[in-house]
Amino acid sequence: MTSALRIALVFPDLLGTYGDRGNALVLEHRARARGIDASILEVAAGSPLPDSCDIYLLGGGEDAPQVAASEGLRASRAALTRALDGGAALLAVCAGFQLIGHHYAAAGGRSMEGLALVDLHTVPGPDRLIGEVLVEPEPTTGLPAITGFENHGGRTHLGPEERPLGRVLRGGGNGDGTDGVLHGGIVGTYLHGPVLPRNPALADHLLAHVVGSALEPLAEAVVDRYRAERLSFATLTGSARRRAERRLHRG
Amino acid sequence: MSLRRRAAILSGRAAGWASRATGRGAGTQVSGRVMLAVDPDLLGVVGARDRVVTVSATNGKTTTTRLLCDALRHAGLPVVTNHTGANMASGIAAALAAPHEPSVAVLEVDERWLTHVVGPLDPEVLVFGNLSRDQLDRFGEVHAIVDRWRAITEATPDRHVVANASDPHVVHAAEPSRRVTWVALGIPWRQDATTCPRCDALLEWPDGGFRCAACGFAEPPADFRLEEDVLVVGSRRIPLDLAIPGTWNRMNAALAATVAEAHFGVDAQAAVAGMAAVEVVSGRFALHRLPDGRAARVVLAKNPAGWTEVLRWLADRDTGVVLAVNAHIADGRDPSWLYDVPFELLRGRPVVASGERALDVAVRLHYGDVTCTVEPDPLTAARGVGGTEVHIVASYTQFTHLTKEFW
Repeated sequence: MTSALRIALVFPDLLGTYGDRGNALVLEHRARARGIDASILEVAAGSPLPDSCDIYLLGGGEDAPQVAASEGLRASRAALTRALDGGAALLAVCAGFQLIGHHYAAAGGRSMEGLALVDLHTVPGPDRLIGEVLVEPEPTTGLPAITGFENHGGRTHLGPEERPLGRVLRGGGNGDGTDGVLHGGIVGTYLHGPVLPRNPALADHLLAHVVGSALEPLAEAVVDRYRAERLSFATLTGSARRRAERRLHRG
Repeated sequence: MSLRRRAAILSGRAAGWASRATGRGAGTQVSGRVMLAVDPDLLGVVGARDRVVTVSATNGKTTTTRLLCDALRHAGLPVVTNHTGANMASGIAAALAAPHEPSVAVLEVDERWLTHVVGPLDPEVLVFGNLSRDQLDRFGEVHAIVDRWRAITEATPDRHVVANASDPHVVHAAEPSRRVTWVALGIPWRQDATTCPRCDALLEWPDGGFRCAACGFAEPPADFRLEEDVLVVGSRRIPLDLAIPGTWNRMNAALAATVAEAHFGVDAQAAVAGMAAVEVVSGRFALHRLPDGRAARVVLAKNPAGWTEVLRWLADRDTGVVLAVNAHIADGRDPSWLYDVPFELLRGRPVVASGERALDVAVRLHYGDVTCTVEPDPLTAARGVGGTEVHIVASYTQFTHLTKEFW
C-alpha cells in the first residue's frame, strides 16, 4: 500500500460505552507491526463521516446515544456505502451492530430505523444477555474461536441471504444460537471486551480485507498468553469454572 | 417504643455481636438486616430523632461523607454516620439504631438505594455529587439512576438539595427542587454526558459548562465554585489544604464544605479547617512501608471516571505503579473499561500489571505503548517495582483484599 491506512472511530462520544476505542488501537498497532502506516481518525458526534477511510468502527452505546448516533449515521449513509463499495471494512459491535440493520429496538421497545447496510433487524428480548461469550466462527473465514463479553437486551434476526459471524458455544449472541453477521467487508458482533484485543485474528481478518491479501503472522507473547487464558476460561463449564475462579481469587 | 421495635434493635445488635465475635465481619450489615426483618418500619422511627443528610454519587460518596462528618464535628455539632460500605438500608438502620444523643446523621447512601430510603428517613438535605458509568454489567445505564433521583425531587420539591452544577445528570435530577444550592465542581469525566438528559440532543460544552441548543438545558449559575484548589464563595476564596491527595478529593471537600455552610450554617472556611487533618478514609490513601523502606500507597479506583482521575494525578509523580484489577461482581465482570481509561499517561514509569485480570491489564498497556511486567500478586508486585515510591491502584475487590491483608 502506498497511502496510509485510515481507521475511522465513529462517534466515540456516543458509541464508546464498552472500551470500543480498544478496537482502533489494535488495528493501528497490528497494521504498523506489518510495516503498514496507519492512523486513527476520530469522527466526533455531529460531524459528517468521510468516505476516504479504510476501516470504520461502530461501537456500543446506551439507548439515547444510540438514537443520536443513528440520526448522524443516516445523514452520512451515502459516504459510508461509497467507502464500503470501494473496498473498505466495517466492524460494528453491540449497539453499532444493531444500527447496521433495517431497524432496532430503542428504550421502551420503540422500533427505530437503522442504516440498512445489511439485511437484519433487532427486536427487544425477554431479558438482558450479560456474560462471557464463546463463538465458533464460520468455517469459511478460517478464524479461530472468538471470545468476548456481551451486555444487551436485543435479539437480532438475520435475513435469509445473510451469514452469521459464527455459532455461539457459550452465551447469547443474536439469541438464536448464532452471533453477529458477515457481509462483504462488514463484520457485526455482540462481543465486546473489546473484541479485537481478545481476538487478534479477527483484527487481521479486517486488515486483510482492506489490504487485499493475507497478512504475515504476528506473534506477540503477552497477547497470545491473554488469548489462551480467556479461551481456556470460556471453554470451562460448571464446577471447573467455579474452581478456576476460586484459584484465581487466591492468587 | 413498641416491644417489636425493641426486639428488632436488640436482636439486630445480638446478630452484629455474633458476627464480630466469630470474626465474620464488622457485623453492621447483618445487624441492620436482622433489625429490618423484625421491624420493616424501623428506618423511619430511628431516623426521626436526627437531622438526616444523605450523600450519594458514583464516586466520592464515602470520602465526602467522612469530610462532612469531620467538618460538622469540628464546628461542635454531634454527628452519627454509617460505616463505610454499609450504605444500603441495613447499614443505615444499624447506624441509626445505635444509642446516641439527637445528632446530625450524615449518611452515605448507595446511589441506587436512595429512592428506597428517602421515604422513611425524610432527610433534611440530599447531596448529589456526580453520576457516571459504573459496573454496566451489574447496574445498567446511568440514565436509569438519574430518573430515580429526579422522581425524588419531583415528589418532594421543598426539600433542600446540594448538587453539583457541572454534571448534567445531577442537574437534571436536582432541578425539580425549589431549594437547590448549586456548587460547580467541574466534570473531568464527560463521556457519559454526551446527550441532553432532558431531550436527548447532543450537549455542547462551549466554555467548560454544558448547554443544549435544542431545549435550552444548561449549567445553572452556582453560588459555590471550585477553581483549582480554591473554593470560591462570592468574594471569599478558601484554599482547600487537605492531607488527602488528588483533584477528586478537592471536589469532595468543596461539596462537603458547601453542605456545611449552605445547610448547617457552618462557615465554609471553618468547615475546610475541620477536614484538613483527615489522612485516611477507610483504608483509602493509606501509606504503608515496603520492606526496603519505600512508601506504598493504596488507591481505590472503581470505574473509568475514578481511574482517569487517579492516572492524571500519578502522571505528575515519580512513582512505581502497580495496577491491580479483578473482575468479580463488585468490580464489574467486564473489564472493557480498561480501554476507556488513559493508561498512556503511565508511559516511562515502572509499571506492573497485577490482580486476577493482570493479562487484561498487560494487553491494554501493550496497545498503549506502556512497558510493564506481569505479577498477579499485588504485594509481590509492589516489592519488585522500581520508583522512589509506589502506588497500588486497585479495583474494588483488590482494594478490600489489600486493606485487610496489608502486611
